[in-house]
Amino acid sequence: MEVLLAFLIGGLYAAGLYLMLGRSIGKLIVGLVLLSQAANLLIFTAGRLTRAHPPIIPEGAMQAQPPFADPIPQALILTAIVIGFAVLAFALVLVDRTFQTIGTYDLDDMKATDT
Amino acid sequence: MKALLVLPVLIPLVTAALCYLSWPSRRVQRFLGMFGSVCLLAASLTLLVEVRQNGMQSVQMGGWPAPYGITFVADLFSALMVAVNGLLGCTVMVYSLASMDPDRESHGYYPLFQILLMGVSGAFLTGDIFNLYVWFEVMLIASFVLMALGGERAQMEGALKYVTLNLVSSALFLASVGILYGEAGTLNMADLAVILRENGHTALVDTLAMLFLVAFGIKAAIFPLFFWLPASYHTPPAAVSAIFSGLLTKVGVYALIRVFTLLFVQNVAFTHTLILVVAALTMVFGVLGAVVQNEFRRILSFHIVSQIGYMIMGLGLFTLNAVAGSIFYIVHHIIVKTNLFLVSGVTRRLAGTYELKKLGGLYSLYPGLAVLFLVPALSLAGIPPLSGFFAKFSLVRAGLESEQYWIVAAALGVSLLTLFSMIKIWNEAFWKADPKVASESPGSETEGKAIRRGKGRPWGTLVPIGLLALITVCIGLAAQPVFDLALGAAEQLMNPEIYIQAVLEGRT
Repeated sequence: MEVLLAFLIGGLYAAGLYLMLGRSIGKLIVGLVLLSQAANLLIFTAGRLTRAHPPIIPEGAMQAQPPFADPIPQALILTAIVIGFAVLAFALVLVDRTFQTIGTYDLDDMKATDT
Repeated sequence: MKALLVLPVLIPLVTAALCYLSWPSRRVQRFLGMFGSVCLLAASLTLLVEVRQNGMQSVQMGGWPAPYGITFVADLFSALMVAVNGLLGCTVMVYSLASMDPDRESHGYYPLFQILLMGVSGAFLTGDIFNLYVWFEVMLIASFVLMALGGERAQMEGALKYVTLNLVSSALFLASVGILYGEAGTLNMADLAVILRENGHTALVDTLAMLFLVAFGIKAAIFPLFFWLPASYHTPPAAVSAIFSGLLTKVGVYALIRVFTLLFVQNVAFTHTLILVVAALTMVFGVLGAVVQNEFRRILSFHIVSQIGYMIMGLGLFTLNAVAGSIFYIVHHIIVKTNLFLVSGVTRRLAGTYELKKLGGLYSLYPGLAVLFLVPALSLAGIPPLSGFFAKFSLVRAGLESEQYWIVAAALGVSLLTLFSMIKIWNEAFWKADPKVASESPGSETEGKAIRRGKGRPWGTLVPIGLLALITVCIGLAAQPVFDLALGAAEQLMNPEIYIQAVLEGRT
């Protein structure tokens, strides 16, 4: 399972970066989304995959018996998803406003502020 | 005084919330913004005094003991940075009151400004690496909106680049935090330091160090990751440029210094030598970029990059004096660079442009403003007795002590070029005759002067500039107490034991 996820994460990173290297600002945003999802999956995988062992302390015991699924990576991912969602919403509005102001989706036409 | 640690985050939060509640009234928002900034400055200065007198402070959120809860820690370095944050919040706020256009004001400039201050304070104070990510995001989202607020064409272009590269950096940071957690099983920085030290040096730790270097490096704008900065910092209004130039990249530098003194110290020969090389390249390429520019704020933007090189030079040398030099440099740079951006805003207001070719004659019209420009400009270049001289002197001395002569040579050469491009601004904007006046008949000179005078004197914008210039001079004249403060902060950074104890055992 880890190997499969590793390939998936690698594929997401590659696809995200590839999209970001293009000239379209729409694809740029999709690329950013893929990058952040890849990071989320990476946290999930790096936090060890444990199947069917919820982190619940059995009755009478003081702590959960290993192996159990670590809840912290999931909490981290949840936070990251929420933040990513807000940032994505902002980025979409920004792209829309950029298109309205400049009238193009082509990054090559946005070199006025470059040096 | 545990509450003191939370106040630099709480005050801007409450202020921002109140500003949002009084959305229809610009006057109330202006008042609240100013009031909140003054409170923040007072709280952060109190925190600095407290930490200086009673040592490192830490507080556990919700009473969960470290490493399970989220920890806020204020060592001397954090406290110093929070104090500078408060100072900048106050001065730029005064400047904003006098210069911000009503349109931006009624679309949430003041609450966003406070949220930015909150994110920066949080990033400086947190003792938890994932929490640091969250504060980064708070700061970034506020800065995104501030950058794009107003929706001018150049702003949208700049904002798009700024947003994209900062989001890439955040994604990298998040991924590195995930891998770090997989390796160490904790997120508390003090706990991480203990576990990484016990695990010893492994290839994975080196990889993580590099991931963090790239993630924070993009935010700090180090070579070769700085291209978003000169493409975007000159697009928003001067007040926004000023607060960005003072605070945002410095949060990246702060994070670099924090992780490379606390967490990744197992393989100093590799990591810190690399940082030193990057520091030299950042200095040189930043200043070379500045030399060819002909627009006031673009020159200043490239100088930010160049100065970041000095700040991480001290980290790369990794001796007590060098890190102290870095801290001194950061404090000096924040004050001086913000001031220069504010001056650029005033010249724009007076002469209507940032282009050096179209500027001119400001010295004869506004000698006071010219002096106010000259003080931070010469300080940036490192002319004694201003603060920049002592900042550079302490770094150069540390470089000589470590016998790294090439970095010293780079630092000195770059400061010569810095002086060159500051003199260029001086010559073009202040000293040479006004190109508009010169092209007309000689008799119309006084007329042009009268018209310009008619625009009124921007006292509100000059007060913060004067104050920051005064601070630069004061740091220069009383360098020893400030350097002692930096040295105290560096001592704590170079002895992670103090930090670990303060967090894990709650002792101070």
